[in-house]
Amino acid sequence: MGELRLMKGNEVIAEAAIRCGCDGYFGYPITPQSEVMETLMNRRPWDETGMVVLQAESEVASINMVYGAAGAGKKVMTSSSSPGISLMAEGISYLAGAELPCLIVNVQRGGPGLGTIQPSQADYFQATKGGGHGDYRLIVLAPASVQEMNDFVDLSFELAFKYRNPVMILSDGAIGQMMEKVELADYKPRWTDEEVKEVSGSWAAIGKSPDREQNIITSLELASDKMEQNNIRFQAKYQKIQENEVRFEAIDCDDADYILVAFGSSARVCQKTIQLARAKGHKVGLLRPITLFPFPTEEIKRLAGRVKGFLSVEMNAGQMVEDVRLAVNGKVPVEYYGRMGGIIPSPDEVEKALEQKLIGE
Amino acid sequence: MAEVAENIQNIIKPENLVYQKSPVLTDKVMHYCPGCSHGVVHKIIAEVIDEMGIQEDTIGVSPVGCSVFAYNYIDIDWHEAAHGRAPAVATGVKRVFPNKFVFSYQGDGDLAAIGTAETMHAVNRGENIVMVFINNAIYGMTGGQMAPTTMVGQVTATTPYGRDVDLNGYPLKITELIAQLPGAAYVTRQSVQTAAAVKKTKKAIRKAFEIQANKKGTAFVEVVATCNSGWKISPVDSNEWMEEHMFPFYPLGDLKDGEKEDPEALKMNV
Amino acid sequence: MTEEIIIAGFGGQGVLSMGKILAYSGVMQDQEVTWFPSYGPEMRGGTANVSVIISDERISSPILHEFDTAIILNQQSLDKFEEQVKPGGVLLYDPNGIVHPPTRKDINIYKVEGARLAAEMGNPKTFNMIVMGAYLKVKPIFGMEKVKKGLEKSLPERHHKLIPLNLEAIEVGQKNMETVHTV
Repeated sequence: MGELRLMKGNEVIAEAAIRCGCDGYFGYPITPQSEVMETLMNRRPWDETGMVVLQAESEVASINMVYGAAGAGKKVMTSSSSPGISLMAEGISYLAGAELPCLIVNVQRGGPGLGTIQPSQADYFQATKGGGHGDYRLIVLAPASVQEMNDFVDLSFELAFKYRNPVMILSDGAIGQMMEKVELADYKPRWTDEEVKEVSGSWAAIGKSPDREQNIITSLELASDKMEQNNIRFQAKYQKIQENEVRFEAIDCDDADYILVAFGSSARVCQKTIQLARAKGHKVGLLRPITLFPFPTEEIKRLAGRVKGFLSVEMNAGQMVEDVRLAVNGKVPVEYYGRMGGIIPSPDEVEKALEQKLIGE
Repeated sequence: MAEVAENIQNIIKPENLVYQKSPVLTDKVMHYCPGCSHGVVHKIIAEVIDEMGIQEDTIGVSPVGCSVFAYNYIDIDWHEAAHGRAPAVATGVKRVFPNKFVFSYQGDGDLAAIGTAETMHAVNRGENIVMVFINNAIYGMTGGQMAPTTMVGQVTATTPYGRDVDLNGYPLKITELIAQLPGAAYVTRQSVQTAAAVKKTKKAIRKAFEIQANKKGTAFVEVVATCNSGWKISPVDSNEWMEEHMFPFYPLGDLKDGEKEDPEALKMNV
Repeated sequence: MTEEIIIAGFGGQGVLSMGKILAYSGVMQDQEVTWFPSYGPEMRGGTANVSVIISDERISSPILHEFDTAIILNQQSLDKFEEQVKPGGVLLYDPNGIVHPPTRKDINIYKVEGARLAAEMGNPKTFNMIVMGAYLKVKPIFGMEKVKKGLEKSLPERHHKLIPLNLEAIEVGQKNMETVHTV
């Protein structure tokens, strides 16, 4: 059993990064996730593991520092919150286009615009459908607890390097700010320069040795036929990710008549909702997508064959519900319930919405 | 004819060699216009890398602009950065590989307009990188629009009646601003229109890489350059135009020569 | 066992740290805990609240619409959270500054004069520990040895010399808890 601590989600991101052998963090302060960099700066990992931490002049600079360091084959990351992620969108598109592994943490707050600093899930579309320009996908993980904030950092790097693709942890202010008991992972050493060469030497810009061609980190290809080939390669990769990396948690779905679909903080709320609903005699289950891309389409399709309806519960105006509807494809009703602007729905209001919209009592 | 060919073969001998392409330059044919300064500066950088024996340890960061394809010509590992972000990308590389040589190569639009923040802050942090800045007072790649360094009165595609300060503001002397920053170790402005100027620029770029080797702070080399296609005059006239109009406003020479400021001297007493 | 607590008062009263010490005490006896604060501008002089859930089982929602216990330290918080105590639940408050005391008849109401007692102890910063002591008198969910461990874990090393004072304040709170109304 690893070390037990009571920590905030944001603090855990920092701690997990140090422990999993991350080489660098580049970020810019924004509420509600500033504790990530604050924790790192307090921990001084450069003395301990050699991990570098740098406060950049903007989110634009941070993501481009990530681009540089990721292109050097290192395990690097940034974190921000919604408006900052919008600023990073261009850089994220470049990272996807140059097929660079990295971790981007979005501790979401309510929008649009400057919005609010309170928790939200309104960046679902931005995270799962691209966000920046061009046809690309991020692997998107949605933690629902402080423990998962810890666990998903290492997992993100594993997936990022497996597919040479940026990974996003899509969290929110509630999970970032709350403290829970967390079991920390043991330390993994950072890769040595030799290991970096072994893992990424075929593509990373780490200095050209005479025995090989140049490694060039670029997303540019002016010849359309070649650029189309690049895109076909990306799409094949995303397809492979869709086939192999779907993760979800099903709670009380086996006998359920109705399924709540919710991720992150909303899923925590819904866990209580199913208790309330079952106390009233309604057979309700929760399907919690852990990967938002790839989305658990097949599992929802399977459930749609035997349940009476789905309620997508989100802290936004109804974004994931579109993916649920695509999966259900009209077989049974799919409704949405959510709150916006930084409000987290309470378990009982979700229960009422479920009765009103689906159960009909 | 056969006799001529034979004579040429007699001349091509190692002992007659007076000049050769740097082995750090690739064999690809450059896409730059005849008369463009980029090729000369590429050649200088390649020669410096070769002479210092650092080809295996040097990583370049190319910009968006005419020199976006710099990676095709200098035979090292490269990052192609988003428009204006080369100093941030170079920072990322340098921070995780502090013992490699990292340089950025940017034009005036990239470095002094869209990337001003990244430029200033990279230098202000005293990043141990070399920044090469090609100032030709115009946007070449997009077809000759106004650059931040376009001269007052200069005609471009977006200043068809000449740059008007009331409308477009002043040409930006960003190198003078850079020289004020405590993180800058060496700031110089050079040119490449004559053999003598090329020599001086090469000396400056060599010095910049040596400063990086000694981790003394940011080394910043501006090259005042020509863009005869964008300016719509001949290469020869371009050199004259540059000397006549740009040099008085962008005077050549060192603006700062030393090392970054001693942080101890700036530390507040607590 | 699941105990769902809301602690609410002014920023600076030690609301968040009281919650943190309770949560850490739960960790010390192998329970699941969630500490969920209000955050943002509220922290700076306005109202502050934190919900703390301590349970033997996996905790579902950190967001709650009703609580087993409300620990209330100012009038605004009383106005907001009195309604949200579960029937049969506990409301503990400090009467200092309360002009409209709680009125519900279906909950158990207790008070502790934390502000006055802290002043008497000569250290206003002991306030939150006095209130926490009163809470632990009403609901002895942890033994004092767990609370001591919770304090050790949640206070930075440099403040460990203050642990005896904190424990003393908890005792003062336990002794001075007053029952106002029980169901």
